[in-house]
Amino acid sequence: MDTETFDLFRDTVRRLVDERLIPAEDEVEETDNIPARIADQIREMGLFGLSVPEEFGGLGCTMSEEAAIIRELCRAAIVYRSLIGTTVGIGSQGIVMDGTDEQKAEWLPKFATGEAIASFALTEPEAGSDAGSLRTTAIREGDSYRINGTKRYITNAPRASVFTLMARTEPDVKGSAGISAFILPADTPGITLGKPDKKMGQKGAVTCDVILDDVVLPASAIIGGVPGRGFKTAMKVLDRGRIHIAAVALGMADRLLGMSLEYAMERKQFGQRIADFQLVQAMLADSKVDLLTIEALMRSVAARFDAGEKVSLECSALKYHASEAVGRIADRAVQIFGGAGYMAEYKVERFYRDVRLLRIYEGTSQIQQTIIAKNMIRAAEAA
Amino acid sequence: MKILVPVKRVIDYNVKPRVKADGTGVDLANVKMSMNPFDEIAVEEAIRLKEKGVATEIVAVSVGPAKAQETLRTALAMGADRAILVQTDDEVEPLAVAKILKAIADEETPGLVILGKQAIDDDSNQTGQMLAALTGRPQGTFASEVTVDGDSVTVKREVDGGLETVKLTMPAIVTTDLRLNEPRYASLPNIMKAKSKPLANKTPADYGVDIAPRLKTLKVSEPPVRQAGVKVPDVDTLVAKIKELGIA
Repeated sequence: MDTETFDLFRDTVRRLVDERLIPAEDEVEETDNIPARIADQIREMGLFGLSVPEEFGGLGCTMSEEAAIIRELCRAAIVYRSLIGTTVGIGSQGIVMDGTDEQKAEWLPKFATGEAIASFALTEPEAGSDAGSLRTTAIREGDSYRINGTKRYITNAPRASVFTLMARTEPDVKGSAGISAFILPADTPGITLGKPDKKMGQKGAVTCDVILDDVVLPASAIIGGVPGRGFKTAMKVLDRGRIHIAAVALGMADRLLGMSLEYAMERKQFGQRIADFQLVQAMLADSKVDLLTIEALMRSVAARFDAGEKVSLECSALKYHASEAVGRIADRAVQIFGGAGYMAEYKVERFYRDVRLLRIYEGTSQIQQTIIAKNMIRAAEAA
Repeated sequence: MKILVPVKRVIDYNVKPRVKADGTGVDLANVKMSMNPFDEIAVEEAIRLKEKGVATEIVAVSVGPAKAQETLRTALAMGADRAILVQTDDEVEPLAVAKILKAIADEETPGLVILGKQAIDDDSNQTGQMLAALTGRPQGTFASEVTVDGDSVTVKREVDGGLETVKLTMPAIVTTDLRLNEPRYASLPNIMKAKSKPLANKTPADYGVDIAPRLKTLKVSEPPVRQAGVKVPDVDTLVAKIKELGIA
């Protein structure tokens, strides 16, 4: 995208955030729902199509561009991002990266307009970070598969038109090799949704169980048409997703530090503004350093990802650093706000709870650490 | 029917303007610029008339520096069909803009010219009225509702005493007030499509208009800082104070 177009694009998202999304944050929190008028506006703006290639009606953003837009969007409560998150990221990218031509032609144009919302169904009661231990089975019966199992904490399941579903097609093959990725339309018979989960934060985001009871899908529903490659698809999707999550963290870091600075310069104690106290300055400075290091690392990793470099280690490092750093920034924001920071009427309390999830989903911090170290060891052994 | 929508690139409404140290004007260096909000309302109204099937083509025009092209792209992304940039780096006053717009209107023969009642930078509130005078066409200024019916347009105007409704024979000039509509955001796919919409580059000389300023700016200064008030304990003191200050 040329600079003029991209700038116009980002300015438009910035206005949406300032004029519509931020003013509706309290309504979203109180009703635990994103109002239809806001969801429509997000859809009409075309945000669902960020990562869908242009030939399928999307915007075809590079990772650097997607990250810059997500950063802008996430200056508003990050629950808004969750509306588009699964369609922009993990729910659709499997089809973008590994889908057959027919699968792309069927689904991508609908994702691009937001007509169809995609959701990603990997996690199970007994399988989270250890995705190789999936229990959901897909048993081949002629030209179709019969699927049984339970998926847990599935984001946007009640809104989804389609799931990217991970299931074990080869029960005899242990670990990740026996897993396939299916495109599962949400209206397929045999799907039941659980009660909406009650969560620590991100009110307005919807997650629940997805129960699969004798769901029958044609073999052509396997992403890419070849069974046993589901895990490889998931891994490819995750690198991109980790940069995306770092952009979420960075957008919220912008907001939290902006609020912290503004409050510190207004609030007076002992006859002066608290921003003039050096211990408060130390918190502001530490948060600024955290923010700048997320920004710098994100720029470099996104650019290298766009250049086609293999950056799995760096994607994990970025996601790990960004999610931990925004946690610290949120914690300091509460501290700078003092008593007010603990009160629900000031938004830092809410954002503090919201960003807690960033250290957990799309790979916990501990999983990222493991990936980083394993990559280091593997490289050293190969040298 | 064709609609002509003039748009102006101005200092963004969220920016706090600062006066240049030498008092010659407002400092625009590295300041965010965007479309005049009243002109955004004008673009929106034109698009709505096109969506209703009343208008067939929307032509956006801007008079200003090369960067005004960005403002025209915004209009195209919102839904205008093509754009004309009349490029000049000189200061242009409302009369010069009105003369250029007259020349363009003579060429394009629009059924309606819809423009903002004023620009938020100089607050002149003159261009629409001058254009009406120069072209000899009827004007409906400060519009809060616009209804086209056959070859006439009914404009509900916001005047001091309330609302005045006027019926104009088209072609006509309409200037927009704040409550006419709520402009849409350009969608991201439309921003990308706007790149390929036609944008013609012209100069004031192409229209034979002399844009030399007729007015001379003597000085630009910040508004005086408001003095702090005084708290009084009771009504009697208040009355005494008011008398002392000679207000009542």
